[in-house]
Parts: sequence; C-alpha cells; structure tokens
Amino acid sequence: MAAQTVASTTETTVDLGPAAALSCRECGHRVPLGPVFACEECFGPLEIAYDFSAYDAEELRKQIEAGPANIWRYAPLLPVPADVADKPNINPGWTKLVKADNLARELGVEAGKLFVKDDSGNPTHSFKDRVVAQAIEAARVFGFTTLSCSSTGNLAGAVGAAAARAGFRSCVFIPHDLEQGKVVMAAVYGGELVGIEGNYDDVNRFCSELIGDPAGEGWGFVNVNLRPYYAEGSKTLAYEICEQLGWQLPDQLVVPIASGSQLTKIDKGLQELIKLGLVEDKPYKIFGAQAEGCSPVSVAYKAGHDVVRPQKPNTIAKSLAIGNPADGPYVLDIARRTGGAVEDVDDEQIVDAIKLLARTEGIFAETAGGVTVGVTRKLIENGLLDPTKTTVVLNTGDGLKTLDAVAGTGLTATIRPNLDSFREAGLA
Amino acid sequence: MSVTVRIPTILRTYTGGQAEVAAEGATLADVIADLEKNHTGIAARVLDDQGKLRRFVNVYVNDDDVRFEQGLETATPDGAGVSIIPAVAGG
Repeated sequence: MAAQTVASTTETTVDLGPAAALSCRECGHRVPLGPVFACEECFGPLEIAYDFSAYDAEELRKQIEAGPANIWRYAPLLPVPADVADKPNINPGWTKLVKADNLARELGVEAGKLFVKDDSGNPTHSFKDRVVAQAIEAARVFGFTTLSCSSTGNLAGAVGAAAARAGFRSCVFIPHDLEQGKVVMAAVYGGELVGIEGNYDDVNRFCSELIGDPAGEGWGFVNVNLRPYYAEGSKTLAYEICEQLGWQLPDQLVVPIASGSQLTKIDKGLQELIKLGLVEDKPYKIFGAQAEGCSPVSVAYKAGHDVVRPQKPNTIAKSLAIGNPADGPYVLDIARRTGGAVEDVDDEQIVDAIKLLARTEGIFAETAGGVTVGVTRKLIENGLLDPTKTTVVLNTGDGLKTLDAVAGTGLTATIRPNLDSFREAGLA
Repeated sequence: MSVTVRIPTILRTYTGGQAEVAAEGATLADVIADLEKNHTGIAARVLDDQGKLRRFVNVYVNDDDVRFEQGLETATPDGAGVSIIPAVAGG
C-alpha cells in the first residue's frame, strides 16, 4: 500500500498518510490539516478525518502483521507518512497483553478471560510515548523546532525523550508539586522543565495562553496545537489489543480517565477496525475509571448528566488529576452507548489495587493502574462487569514513577546474617 | 468597570488581529455584550444558542475559572483580566 499524499489546501501539500482533513467533533466543520485544535465555528475539538477507501482488509492485515514490533505497524491507519519507521522517533508500542489468571482468581473472573494491557513497557514507561510519537511526526511536517506540553508528569518525560531522539528543543510545563520520580524522569533528557505554581488545569491554561502569544511562536505543544495528531496515538492501544487477541474485539475494556481523550480514541480505533473488516463486528463495553478525588466524569455519569462539572482535584492519582476534562462529555456518550459505566475508587482502594496487581501478576503499576484495577474490582462487586467475558484492563504507567503511593511497603524483617536469626524471624 | 480581555487566536479575526482588547462591564455577561458591540459576531462564537457559555470555551476572570464562580454572572472588577481559552485536553 503506497503512501497517500493529500493536498490539504490548494496552496500546500502535507504528507500525513491517510489523514485527509481536520473535522470538528461537535459541528462537523472541516478545515485543512494544520497545527490547529479548536473549531473556528464552535470551539469544538478538531480531530483527524481519514481516507481509508483504498484499503482491502486482507491486504491491510498482512501488511500490519509484517510491520515492525511497535506502533508503526499501524502506520496506514495513523496521521503519519508511510516511511515513518525510518525517521528518528522513540518507536513505542507493541507492549505486552498479559493473561492475568492470578488476578482473575482474586477478582472472581473466569480463567483465561482477564488481560492486563501493560503500557509501562513503553520507552519512558507510560502510554504517553504513543501519543508523543504521533505529535513528533506532525511537528516535523509543520516545521516546529521546539516541542512543549502541559503535563501531569508522564507526558513531560515522553516529550523530553522523543525530542532528544528526534533532535527538537523541548520546554515542558508541569505542576510544581509532582511526584519526585516523574520530575527526575522528565528532567533527565536535558530539555527545559518548568514548574508552574498551580494544578494541571492551571498549567493547561497557561500553555493555551502562551500559544497565542508571540513568545510561543514556532512552538509545537503536543497536547494543544498538535492535539488532533497526538490524540490519535491512543488508537494504537485498541489496534494492539485486538491484534493480540487474534484480531478479535474484547468484550469489556476498563480504561482510566484523565482528559478522557484516551478512552474516546480507543473507541475510535475499535470502530475503525470494525469498519475496515479487520475484526468481526460484535458488541463491546467500555468502562471508564477515575479516582474519587478527581471524579468529574464519574459523578456526571452517576447523576445521569451529559455535561461534566469541573472539580478541584485532590488524589494520589496525579496522572489522572484533570478536574476539567475536555473529552468528558464524549466519555459519557461512549460509556452509555456501549453499555459500560464510569466508576471511581478512593486513594486507599487505589493503593490496595496497586499491591494486588503487583502480588498477583508481577506488574508494578503507577497510581492510574491502581485506579483501573480498583475500579474493575468494584464493577465486578456491583455486577456491572461480567466476570465470564473477555476483559482488558489498562495499566498506563510504571509504579516506579509513583513510589510515594506505596511508601509504607518495605522490609519484611531485618535479621542478623545467620540461620538462627532467619528461623527466629519465622522465615523458614 | 474597564477590563482587559485576552482573545484566543481563532477569534482574532473579529478583533483585527489584536490579542488583547479593552471592554466594559460589571459582569462577564456585560463584558461579552460590550465585546459584541465593538467586534460584531464574537459573542456567537463564545455563547451557544441559549446564551450560555459553549461547552468547549473556558473563561477566566483573573485566575478564576468562571465555572467555579458565578458563570456569566461572575463579577468583573475594574482592571480585571478576562481570558477566553479553548478547552484542551492532555495529561
């Protein structure tokens, strides 16, 4: 399948593979591909519209299976040039889908039916590498030389690493009080890392203002003016899960919600696979997971609302602490359309779930993984999640980034270096 | 009450390219009405058909998101800075 070069306007031509235009998710207004993110008509979010009309399902499946063991195996379905795998990028993805029988036993799920999609295996140990890899390619096409973002931590590290590999300057913005592990993991790549006195929503607001100011000219903000491209990276989670299940849809997915972008793009990816004929069309349910201390979408879901009232976050799950989630209304639509739900768990339940996943499957999840596992347990207890159906739970980051959350975990015993002491401690 | 309003890039066609404009009004609703007087068409971009803030528009009076305050009835004291910002996601 050859790369498609799409004329985005009569004046310019950009090669972003099958991406044909930007389309407003609210009103459908279309504009040429470019570094813009909000609809000029209604402020709605712009997303990529594709031209997949030339694809044959069998040929496409073979091409994907012969592709590299990273997200670029799905290049024909992404807004990237066909030769993307030859360019300097961090090449994330193709992370493990772990059959979690030990966890299934604890949660009362039928053996062989529970899987953890473990995205801590990405280059900077979170799913953010997937989205940043997309943004890098868009930044190249649009001629940006500085990469930036507003971040709750994981994204800052992913941008720093990708910029280093691809030869961009990076300058990223984070709340000043993030977990030390995330600060170090963002700073080590040598770019500029700026703490903002405020929470994530304050950082986001600052970046949105910077982008409209001459000081931010020439800057590609991966999750602001490059957001339509960036967000598509989350589709690759859907593609991988289905391919790893033998080109089948899971029956149920449990996905964390911060802005809600990931969940909506996973749904978009599943719908694309169905329309392309790569998987058999059957019902699936998407469940959203939040922390109680930042649960605007869960609250709206339970109240039957279709708008999301912003909250001031207060939770240990800082990577999910977005009090004003831009894609919240779409998450509500998807949860209701698919027959899923949105649920939340408190900080104590998050820590319990981190430990549960670690001791049953050897996966050390960051707090967001504690949220999804904790919510899975709660959904089963509430009868909302069917324990006899194939279920995929996302772990989107590595526990080494949020060590504070499990700070009480430590030595079982301290003994003298002899066998008597070992026996006395009851360890034999 | 005189305030300064920061205009996002996608609305600058209404302000002749200006990133900041002055407006008058004791509340955000008054300020938007005054903006409309001087920059015809801008109010319909910020407000929906029912006259409410569009769901993908965030407005701040000084550092406060008006959704945590009184929405369109939020007071705009003399000298305040009003920022109109498209909602974005991230993480």
